Amino acid sequence: MAKITLDNLAHSYLPKPGSEDDFALKELNHDWEDGAAYALLGSSGCGKSTLLNIISGLLHPSQGRILFDDKDVTNAPTAERNIAQVFQFPVVYDTMSVRDNLAFPLRNRGRDETYVSERVQEIAQMIGMEDMLNKKARGLTADAKQKISLGRGMVRKDVNALLFDEPLTVIDPHMKWELRTQLKKLHRDFGHTMIYVTHDQTEALTFADKVVVMYDGRVVQIGTPQELFERPEHTFVGYFIGSPGMNVIPARIDGNTAYLSGAQMELAQEYKPLDGKVEIGVRPEFVRLSQTEGMPVKVRRVEDVGRHKIIRAEFFGTDINIIAGEADPVSADMNRVIFDNAHVNVYANDWRVQGEAA
Amino acid sequence: MNKTVNQKAWFLVLPVLLLVAFSAVIPLMTVVNYSVQDTFGNNQFFWAGLEWFEEMLNDDRMWGALGRQLMFSGIILLIQVPLGVFVALNMPKKGFWASFCLVFMSLPLLIPWNVVGTIWQVFGRVDIGLLGHTLAALGIEYNYTSDPFAAWVTIIVMDVWHWTSLVALLAYAGLQSIPDAYYQAAKIDQASRWKVFRFIELPKMMGVLMIAILLRFMDSFMIYTEPFVVTGGGPGSTTTLLSIDLVKMALGQFDLGPAAAFSLMYFLVILLISWVFYTVMINLDKREG
Repeated sequence: MAKITLDNLAHSYLPKPGSEDDFALKELNHDWEDGAAYALLGSSGCGKSTLLNIISGLLHPSQGRILFDDKDVTNAPTAERNIAQVFQFPVVYDTMSVRDNLAFPLRNRGRDETYVSERVQEIAQMIGMEDMLNKKARGLTADAKQKISLGRGMVRKDVNALLFDEPLTVIDPHMKWELRTQLKKLHRDFGHTMIYVTHDQTEALTFADKVVVMYDGRVVQIGTPQELFERPEHTFVGYFIGSPGMNVIPARIDGNTAYLSGAQMELAQEYKPLDGKVEIGVRPEFVRLSQTEGMPVKVRRVEDVGRHKIIRAEFFGTDINIIAGEADPVSADMNRVIFDNAHVNVYANDWRVQGEAA
Repeated sequence: MNKTVNQKAWFLVLPVLLLVAFSAVIPLMTVVNYSVQDTFGNNQFFWAGLEWFEEMLNDDRMWGALGRQLMFSGIILLIQVPLGVFVALNMPKKGFWASFCLVFMSLPLLIPWNVVGTIWQVFGRVDIGLLGHTLAALGIEYNYTSDPFAAWVTIIVMDVWHWTSLVALLAYAGLQSIPDAYYQAAKIDQASRWKVFRFIELPKMMGVLMIAILLRFMDSFMIYTEPFVVTGGGPGSTTTLLSIDLVKMALGQFDLGPAAAFSLMYFLVILLISWVFYTVMINLDKREG
């Protein structure tokens, strides 16, 4: 177990990167605290897997350093780093039995057989494959194979960190839930530093103490699920977290007033003059339909998703979403909308601007 | 929906039946025909029954050729398969040099058999051949026309030169199909280079490797042109392999009866060995499944 420090880290797959666009992973400074569970969230191709592979030593970064407990391991090979990593698609050793697959990482480190079989038994129980231990790994279903991959990742107790690269993609929903719970339990019991890559926000939010959101090769926000929900630092975070995501509406800000195309609203805070692309962001949860007060809106569609209703509407040419409770009435004559100004964030060039008390 | 019986469908199979009949069955049957008869001049044929088969089976000549043939196929498989795999493992995975290696290694496969034979025939000559002359200059005794060992070394090295690429290319194709994640996982699991080969590369290559072995076995078991051009089966009959012997018997001596019996037994041996290969391959698949 170790604290992992990324110092000025960046990576490009090109041999001679020129502009910033050439970098798959843009310059990054970050400490992964010892024993914390992180979720690394972001859309496909944003650099998540690159980052993991750099930490585990499968990739050598173009620049910067990686430190484990303040020891520089940038040039250390994967074996020396003692990290466990589970990949998106199952990797099993076909010709081995399930038992030998699970024992493989331990045997490679020269652990004695009594310890190995004891550990294998524990892990088999954890992934629910005790009765399959003697089967050949070839010919098992994709999710059984992935469980073996997970098991192989968890079998070593002394690893510096456990990295998961979207490990539950191929697993069916019921088992997904169970395995995630197991992973959480593993984390509670042993306190490994865990980094869990996913593009499924539910998975990220339930698994992690801290969620790291990446966008276009850059870490845009690190925070608790609560922080990500209430104060997205970047419009991408707002859009990516939440279902549906945050509404982003072009605006002009003057002091504590936001001018939104043909309407205006009061903000909770005061802002200095802003340059570039200015927008306000408000989550669908904090938008309310009304018959009488607020700004004009055109309701397009109402979707009942069971626990609540999602209203799709058009606000001066921008599509917005509104979440209304099951019990809240929605009628055709509700053509006004109110944004809860305590939960409206202001963005300049996609980054959140902190206002001052009005 | 009810299926109606329509025997006319058999007519659709007729073209294939005709094709196979003329290309395989009828020619084979003429051989069967010769093998049970004795031939004299003026196209006179006499029934001989199984006499030729008995004679062949009691003849050291055929057993000798079969023994040499098995030895030849065995040796070239033992060299070409590991060597081909070794080459495949060390080929670049991508980029210009990968394409270069692929083309470069395909070259021997494109050379006609008798040209390969001629190349090595000249290459090995003590008087003018680059190899033969160099060896002679170094004081190493090497003469494939008089020394059986030198003759064997020459035809084996020639076959290895000609065909190892095929094994290497097939093995390379097998290796290319392994996703990167396997190698990455092996690194994470701290598997040694040997274990990566043993547990990832070899199992993934097994399918194509079996095909390579089968192809190389069949081809080498039926080889004729190359050794014939180089040694003509000599010195003596030390490099007379099955087909060389067969051609000598059928065309050189015009012993149609014995040669036909020989052909049929040759054919049956190939069929038998292929069947064994096939069964082993299927079982291998099942056992691992």
